Amino acid sequence: MPAFSFNDILLLATTLFSVGLAGVLVRRNMVFMLMSLDIMLNAAALVFVGAGARWHDATGQVMFVLILALAAVETAVGLAIILCLHAHGRPTLDADTGNLLRGWNHG
Amino acid sequence: MHALALLAASVTVVGAVMVITRRVAVHAVLYLVVTLLSLAVILVMQGASFAAMLEVIIYAGAIMVLFVFVIMMLNLGHPDSAREKEWLRPRAWCGPGLLAAIVCAELLYCMGTFSGPARPFAPITAHDVGLSLFGRYVLMVELASFLLLAGLVSAFHIGRNRVGGN
Repeated sequence: MPAFSFNDILLLATTLFSVGLAGVLVRRNMVFMLMSLDIMLNAAALVFVGAGARWHDATGQVMFVLILALAAVETAVGLAIILCLHAHGRPTLDADTGNLLRGWNHG
Repeated sequence: MHALALLAASVTVVGAVMVITRRVAVHAVLYLVVTLLSLAVILVMQGASFAAMLEVIIYAGAIMVLFVFVIMMLNLGHPDSAREKEWLRPRAWCGPGLLAAIVCAELLYCMGTFSGPARPFAPITAHDVGLSLFGRYVLMVELASFLLLAGLVSAFHIGRNRVGGN
């Protein structure tokens, strides 16, 4: 008998996703927003793995691996953008200040 | 639910809440590592030991190191905290929060009625995952490699622009 039923996994994943969503909505610091996105991706991956354990199918873990690749790419590109914004003299990491696309090369 | 499972789940949720409420980014990264490790414990409890291993190695090992690197390279101020506090006034989140609570209650009700025959507990090993990954889903592996290549190219492009701008 597994320690978690599928209902518990769904409940835990919903809680984690809500926490991550609240983090994205409330925090304005871009590093914190990326971390909240990672929490949300983890919640989605947890549902996949839980469903795979519930129906005893390896597809859930296959999707987990793909979500892991997605999270790695998202984090790498997001952090590169943050470093780029910071290197061009932006004093804060507030996400709302980065609303101009053609900022530094043409201005 | 088993006591250890309940403990791991509560550590996960508390860690996630601490991540989004910290002021200092490095503290949030530490709490996020704790969250990911306890999530790996939960994955082990579901018989997904391969996924738990990947979670520890790639997430807590590689992606969090990226975060630590970037936080080391930046010197963060806190000019945005005043605006964040202003957003948390009840007048701003009362209506959306009420609607979200209704949807959440509906979701919880639906999850309570979800049930099925209990299966015997059998772990899914890396062997099964590998067979499925490179058998039926080999096209998705190729798509994931495209995604990784796109991420590599875009990160390289952003970094190159930065050096060229200076």
